[in-house]
Amino acid sequence: MTEEIIIAGFGGQGVLSMGKILCYSGVMEGQEVSWMPSYGPEMRGGTANVTVILSDERISSPIINSYDTAIILNQQSMDKFEPAVKPGGLLVYDGNGITRHPERKDINIYRIDAAEEATKMESTKTFNMIVLGGYLKVKKLFKLESVIKGLKKSLPERYHHLIPVNEKAIHRGMEIIKEVATVN
Amino acid sequence: MEEYVLMKGNEAIAEAAIRAGTDGYFGYPITPQSEVIEYLAAAKPHERTGMVMLQAESEVAAINMLYGGAGAGKKVMTSSSSPGISLMQEGISYIAGSELPCLLVNVVRGGPGLGTIQPSQSDYFQATKGGGHGDYNLIVLAPASVQEMADFVSLGYDLAFKYRNPAMILSDGAIGQMMEKVKFKPQQPRSKKSPDWATTGKTPDRERNIITSLDLDPARQERFNEKLQAKYKEIREKEVRYEKIQCDDAEYLFVAYGTSSRICQKSMQMAREEGIKVGLLRPITLWPFPYNEIRMMSGQLKGILSVEMSAGQMIEDVKLAVEGKVKVKHYGRMGGIIPTPDEIVKNLKQKIIGG
Repeated sequence: MTEEIIIAGFGGQGVLSMGKILCYSGVMEGQEVSWMPSYGPEMRGGTANVTVILSDERISSPIINSYDTAIILNQQSMDKFEPAVKPGGLLVYDGNGITRHPERKDINIYRIDAAEEATKMESTKTFNMIVLGGYLKVKKLFKLESVIKGLKKSLPERYHHLIPVNEKAIHRGMEIIKEVATVN
Repeated sequence: MEEYVLMKGNEAIAEAAIRAGTDGYFGYPITPQSEVIEYLAAAKPHERTGMVMLQAESEVAAINMLYGGAGAGKKVMTSSSSPGISLMQEGISYIAGSELPCLLVNVVRGGPGLGTIQPSQSDYFQATKGGGHGDYNLIVLAPASVQEMADFVSLGYDLAFKYRNPAMILSDGAIGQMMEKVKFKPQQPRSKKSPDWATTGKTPDRERNIITSLDLDPARQERFNEKLQAKYKEIREKEVRYEKIQCDDAEYLFVAYGTSSRICQKSMQMAREEGIKVGLLRPITLWPFPYNEIRMMSGQLKGILSVEMSAGQMIEDVKLAVEGKVKVKHYGRMGGIIPTPDEIVKNLKQKIIGG
């Protein structure tokens, strides 16, 4: 199994930490992982993306140009990465701020209104965990306990009291993700 | 047993430095390498092993602190990125000219000048052909994963002390910034013994140790240079390291190191799916360079694509290796752009197979 993922959105949305939690979940299950950020002078509000690869085998290039899954959290990222999903692959997006919805007919598309849901949960910082939950509902990559372990490993100990609220957000994401179009 | 942790390449170097029993780290922050000094500051190595971690006032100061620490026989290191390493060149030449061991880390960014903060491999010439003045060489190790970023710290020290010569880890912004899982070696204690050449205070039972790179007598200076060259010859004979992947049946070859070698592995898979028999030779030591290993393959090869994130620097060594017997072309991107796997396959077809 190899899963090649791009997560793309604005800085501050938790794109990089979502990728890190995915990687740590993979490490918990003995997988090979790589996490390659687009780093640069961008700050909050700028674009941010990270390429995550999870595999049972040694990972060759951590930098790739087509993906099994794209998790897209703003319009610029939609324009850039919708064309980069492999045929038959998966696109998950948050509808908030999207003016042009995905149009591809050869990929599986799911929508998750995580920004809206995070506001309802009274903690906008759970946004990325809602998205992660939705994605893991569609692609059952790990046991949930590995994800929680991964979350623990990713968070400094001073934030460990926030794990229950993040776990709740993952479950909420699993409930609210909606299928838009599927090809397989 | 140590378990796997997820870390950036830069952080892995810092943790490995503490575990290798480093006595002193001296550095100055610069993107894309700053996580090394940030990690060390947070990890409080003075509490763990007594290791000194000092943010110098400049790169020039840092390298001269290394010179002093190395002269006292201590395990010392610094890390920086391209413009900072350029500032250090005078000190590096002095350290080589004084035959002292130390570990240098260059997490390369695009140049020339201040250039960009994005990854590049355009410091190959500087690292492998001298950099500073005079006839000297650094031992240059090129990691291609976060695990190797960690492992090459102790390897670098071992080689540096074995040959009393500075060693450099030549990485790049991509490996510095990416996270992979990594397993560390157990903590090594800091050495309590000093090498017999170290300037640690003369005792009555021995001659004084003098550390200098200066000798105004040309005959003696020439003899010293001959001694250095004999040492470099020994390193060339004994310390070449490389990895060959799918080379047995290869008709074409990628030669690439570091980040480029990772991308080439993907290109290799893609090309082989189309029936193109291509292998990869990854130099792990860039100096000494695996000339013989490439030369020995020249009989089976129809062409070599040297892939680097530069205008083409390592390609000169690849050409020297095959002595004109095999077609060698360069493909690379510059200025902080990382080539994609399919770009490399396209260039293999255009420049080598079709060209």
